[in-house]
Amino acid sequence: MKGFLKYVNVTEIVRPIGQLLAFSCGSAVVMSAIAIGIALMLDKTAVGVDLLDRYNVSVYTYTMINLPQVVIDGLTIGFVYAAIALGYTMVYGVLEFINFAHSEIFAVGAFVGVELLIALDSSGMLAGASLGMAYSYLILAILMGMLAAGGLAMTVERVAYRPLRGASRLVPLISAIGVSFFLQDVIRLVESLTTGQFNRIMPTFGNFDQRIVFGKFAMGTSNITLGISVKSIVVIVSAVLMLVALNYLVNATRIGKAIRAVAQDRNTASLMGINVNRIISTTFLVGGMLGGAAGVLYALKFTRIDPFVGFFPGLKAFTAAVLGGIGNLTGALLGGIVLGMLETFAGSYMGIFTMGAAGSEYKDIFAFSILILVLIFRPQGLMGKNVGQKA
Amino acid sequence: MSSFSFKDAFDKVNQGPLPYLIVFAHIVTGTLLVYFQPRSNLAFLVLMSSFLSLYFFNTSNRFKITAAVVMTLLIMPILGVRNIFYLEVIFQISVFAALALGLNIVVGFAGLLDLGYVAFYAVGAYLWAFFGSQQFFVLPYAPGTQPSDLPFLLAGDFFYLFMMLGVIVAAMTGILLGLPVLRVRGDYLAIVTLGFGEVIRVLANNLDKPLNFTNGPQGITPIQRPSMPDWVVDWFNTIFGPLVGHEVNTSHMYNLWFYILALMVIMVIVFVTKRLDDSAMGRAWTAVREDETAAIAQGIPLVKTKLSAFAVGASFAGIMGVLLAASRTFISPESFSFMQSIGVLSMVILGGSGSIPGVILGAATITILNLQVLQGFSLYLNELRQSDAIIPIINFAWSDLSTQLDPAKYQRLLFGLILILMMIFRPQGLIPAKRRERKLALEKTE
Repeated sequence: MKGFLKYVNVTEIVRPIGQLLAFSCGSAVVMSAIAIGIALMLDKTAVGVDLLDRYNVSVYTYTMINLPQVVIDGLTIGFVYAAIALGYTMVYGVLEFINFAHSEIFAVGAFVGVELLIALDSSGMLAGASLGMAYSYLILAILMGMLAAGGLAMTVERVAYRPLRGASRLVPLISAIGVSFFLQDVIRLVESLTTGQFNRIMPTFGNFDQRIVFGKFAMGTSNITLGISVKSIVVIVSAVLMLVALNYLVNATRIGKAIRAVAQDRNTASLMGINVNRIISTTFLVGGMLGGAAGVLYALKFTRIDPFVGFFPGLKAFTAAVLGGIGNLTGALLGGIVLGMLETFAGSYMGIFTMGAAGSEYKDIFAFSILILVLIFRPQGLMGKNVGQKA
Repeated sequence: MSSFSFKDAFDKVNQGPLPYLIVFAHIVTGTLLVYFQPRSNLAFLVLMSSFLSLYFFNTSNRFKITAAVVMTLLIMPILGVRNIFYLEVIFQISVFAALALGLNIVVGFAGLLDLGYVAFYAVGAYLWAFFGSQQFFVLPYAPGTQPSDLPFLLAGDFFYLFMMLGVIVAAMTGILLGLPVLRVRGDYLAIVTLGFGEVIRVLANNLDKPLNFTNGPQGITPIQRPSMPDWVVDWFNTIFGPLVGHEVNTSHMYNLWFYILALMVIMVIVFVTKRLDDSAMGRAWTAVREDETAAIAQGIPLVKTKLSAFAVGASFAGIMGVLLAASRTFISPESFSFMQSIGVLSMVILGGSGSIPGVILGAATITILNLQVLQGFSLYLNELRQSDAIIPIINFAWSDLSTQLDPAKYQRLLFGLILILMMIFRPQGLIPAKRRERKLALEKTE
């Protein structure tokens, strides 16, 4: 054990876990405080009276009842965003280019995973599976999704981005938009030709839909149930594992060192004997694999997927990457978690706080408002350094 | 599109009186083909391609202008009214050409990638849709619950005023959006504009409460059109009736009128674009596009320059939005999706960003691909499905082909392929923009 530990950089495992914990707790506490504060302020106003009339609860009670669930949901989706955002941020760090097609790579991962599980389901293997088998099937689906998405990301880089390296900035970006649109319809075409429809549902299996209840406690006239569904735990745990693994890869291995070198200065890196093309391919592979895994996790959490499923998560993950400081891995984690929290809080409470005038239907554009605000007031992101413009 | 291997041969033909003959023959052939084969897509393509020969063959400017005017104002309207589908096609081409020309200023001249361009189109459309329909009186009602006998707020002829207002309001929206976001670098700008496009669409979808501004996903209808006096219809019928072959009614005349309005807008846009391109502002745009840092060093006010490009581009989308709302009499958030923005972007990229004829060609090509080729292909596949035909070697019966394989629904594939292929193989577009040559001696005298 001691000999093994010598080769493992323990700090690089402990540090990201610590960061994740700090980010999660920090954003949860801050967001809860804001929500509770608003609730207390609104309690005596028309909003509070309206809610009291309709449901016989005060705004404060309502907020508190929902709070644990909102925090957990926010964390779950936040980790998914973080996993996607890492793909954006890695590619941006290395190539200074927004990989617009990343959202479709995410979608392909989701489809491969879900199709595998559907195939297993129709062969009857899922229904009779023991708990252990159910988990191994899920892991298999995630691995297949990662493989497909990673391979696709590498292919896309080779075909559509590499020939354009060195052209002006907008050229590869437009090509990436093209790839994104192209892939959306390819997924749709393949799905509708092979299965006759392009909306797929994640089969139900294992114990993923159960809820673990921690306990109930009284709050005014109602009870708060504190619980978490198994699939949320699965999503959070696998996301944390991936994030830690990625962090380790980038910060404590030779390949990681090469990636960082290429990100810092491509020409000098190539003079040091680093095969720049291979490193860029690796970056896309790793980013794509993370995206693919996030896709399967997303499908597990939200059950229903379609070829355009990647669009909004992709945009939000990009926002998360910018929010954290694009090119910065820790920033992407922070951005993902903060954005997931913000969005879930807004989606859950805006309807109540505005008396139904603006509710969760504005959830999707919430991210963009944040993006615009960040770009105005802190273009380098929460954790980025202001390095000025590269000529 | 004169490919290089044919360039010499083309140049040989392209001199003396021969080009006049070729162009004339092309136009006449196209016209006659469409006239006698009104249902053939191929005939229509021959007619449309005569614009290309008009552009590429070396004829005098007077001939070009005369031929273009005759084509757009005489031949197209008559053939269009004869087969109303063609009128729809050329109307859509003109609308998209105008939009693409507007986006061209932003993307082609100033080099700002705007992925939410249809947002400004939506602003214009909803502007007239709100004031030109009963929507003002629908405000207190939830969608679908309003009484049917509500009055209209404004008369239909206010439409012309609102075309002007559409320009102003869209330009102001562009400035309001641009002020905060134009400070960010190009690729961020793309995402922010994309986000803005989605914001506008989500707002249009959801602003049916607390006050019903947009009627939500159901959209606003009926939207008024400007008045069309009966004598115009009669007059058209007496002059062109024999040629058209059937009685022209008011709705045909409306289609025609909106087509002509779109053409007029295009002419204004082309004129403004050309003048702007030659102005100090246009040069500032080019400078910003080519090298932002160098442009700042030359004392070009960065934000002001970008903002003006943004506002000019937006204003053209605004006027087309007003036009669209009136011509369709119905608008819904569906018409202003992200895909529309990318569609317009592919037109600009395909034709050649920064190039006016290129962008018009791009708009025409993609619209025809969309409306005729893809749909024609769908119909053809459907026919094959109905038949008993079998693909020989692989022994596959057409009737087994999935009904999901419907090319008309795969526009994204088309746009995506166009964008990728153009970027890899011909980033300057089909008709590249002419680069301004250096005229140092001239500029010293300025």
